[in-house]
Amino acid sequence: MNRAGRDEPDLYDVAPAAADAGLTIRGAVERGAFRLDVDLAVAPGEVLGVLGPNGAGKTTLLRALAGLTALNDGTITLGGHRLDDAAKGVTLPPEQRPVGVVFQNYRLFPHLDVRDNVAFAARCAGAGQRAARGRADRWLDRLGLAELADRRPGQLSGGQAQRVALARALAAEPRLLLLDEPLAALDARTKLEVRAELRRHLTDFPGPTLLITHDPLEAMVMTDRLLVLENGRIVQQGTPGDVARRPATQYIARLVGLNLYRGTAADGGAVHLSGGGTLHTAPGTTLGGAAGTGDDNAAAVLLAIRPTAIALHTSRPEHSSPRNVWTGAVAGLELLTDRVRVQVDGTIPALVDVTPAAVTELDLTAGARIWLSAKATDIDIYPDPRQP
Amino acid sequence: MPLLALLVRAPWRGMSRLLADGAVLTALRLSLECATAATGLSLLLGVPLAWVLARTTIPGLALLRALVTLPLVLPPVVGGLALLLAFGRNGILGRHLDAWFGVTLPFTTAGVIVAETFVAMPFLIVTVEGALRSVDRDLEEAAATLRATPITVFRRVTLPLIRPSLLAGSVLCWARALGEFGATITFAGNFPGTTQTMPLAVYNALETDPQAAIALSLVLLTVAVAVLAALRDRWLRGGATL
Repeated sequence: MNRAGRDEPDLYDVAPAAADAGLTIRGAVERGAFRLDVDLAVAPGEVLGVLGPNGAGKTTLLRALAGLTALNDGTITLGGHRLDDAAKGVTLPPEQRPVGVVFQNYRLFPHLDVRDNVAFAARCAGAGQRAARGRADRWLDRLGLAELADRRPGQLSGGQAQRVALARALAAEPRLLLLDEPLAALDARTKLEVRAELRRHLTDFPGPTLLITHDPLEAMVMTDRLLVLENGRIVQQGTPGDVARRPATQYIARLVGLNLYRGTAADGGAVHLSGGGTLHTAPGTTLGGAAGTGDDNAAAVLLAIRPTAIALHTSRPEHSSPRNVWTGAVAGLELLTDRVRVQVDGTIPALVDVTPAAVTELDLTAGARIWLSAKATDIDIYPDPRQP
Repeated sequence: MPLLALLVRAPWRGMSRLLADGAVLTALRLSLECATAATGLSLLLGVPLAWVLARTTIPGLALLRALVTLPLVLPPVVGGLALLLAFGRNGILGRHLDAWFGVTLPFTTAGVIVAETFVAMPFLIVTVEGALRSVDRDLEEAAATLRATPITVFRRVTLPLIRPSLLAGSVLCWARALGEFGATITFAGNFPGTTQTMPLAVYNALETDPQAAIALSLVLLTVAVAVLAALRDRWLRGGATL
């Protein structure tokens, strides 16, 4: 079966100069008051993670790429072929797109056994039953699922169903792979097991891959590049490490467990926070190259402080080697495995990690008045990557 | 209770004599054939109609739904009369059928099938429409991302998923067609051999030989129960365990 020969006539040709195996989407989808507006590219073999809170537009993005929702604006190009062109009214229906989808709840066909689920795409492409099943068996072998071939989806565990869904999508030999929270429905133990394996299969996949998730760990471990989507807009892009170290929004900061403050840089390392108060950073900290992004005003910056880098005191600390001292009220305590995370409210709210012993020592009860201190050198300062 | 009365009052002794009559077998065979043909016709017309009712948003959908379910509340005799006015030799459609194709429906076996379909098809449509509404649309979407065209999606995913309801609807439809009386006698008449189905034979016998009427009723009852029981066991259960 010559795949290229089968698919080519279905696809809409763009200028050959633009031909490469990557994906670009530059466009918008409107659903009532919600608008998803993105401009992104994924290279062949690259796994792009899309991270964002519920309702950020992650699933809408996936549906647009799969052809299940039409673009209101813009274009989608895959491997040099136009899949969508809103201006020309072109939207290839899902069955004509070389796009494979692993849905969140897998969506395996309950009336077919595992083999026929995986053979489904080949059957739809016109292959005979024997040929299609033979190909399905090869895919099942490749993913180590051969012994499940005769089972019905109802007889599979969550992890097995996830793998079958991946096999079914890959068996259609897509050029773009979309995964919608592939591990969300699994329990913690299975997740660990499936995560490593899925990562391996994604590495083998030659085309671009988009992995949608709201699990930061999943995003860190499985993706090459991360894109943060909030309210239908891209708010940050970068390697998983960069995003985790220097989050651009409170949402990410909370996910990775950092205190994040927005403010404007003044002289001598002082930063006036937009929520009130001032924090001092180590003088001479450079703001990377982005400090002069054209803003005539003082540079918009973000400050990140690890919860372990903040100290708590019952009274104003005397020998003030830390340059930042402020006060707040204890709002909540949460036991992490070996530490207690203290939530402090005030002009400069903060999450602070202390030892369980410190909790009794400091008499941390809800509403208690407390002093906080942080060294200037423990505050990471970086330009606000969000466009104003 | 009425069924019990039928059993109590049955002329068990003269049964063999009453049933040896060839006309009974003819009527029985005609009943089964026509009910089966009417079910087939209902599937052919009813499934697409159910799909339109369940999945489209064309204007006039409410009216169409009302029209489709009308035969459920209409007295069958009125249905037969309506059929006669439409498909009769001088009916608005029948006139053309006759002139162009030389086809006449009233008072023929084909007429019996049309009358039974008219009365029984709503049972199938209502059942299948409900099933189509409750089918997991997510699975149909998944099929589309696996290169299935809308027709293939319907054939390979939707139909298998609604199979239990399709079978249940067909059985209901068949049972209703088997017992159909009013529309049949109005539209197709009561001619032994061509249009006299079992219910009509029972009605005839009631006027001449009440004993025979009871015997015929019992035969109809037995056959219907046997067929329904067999279908339930073999198909419906198989469908339920998908």
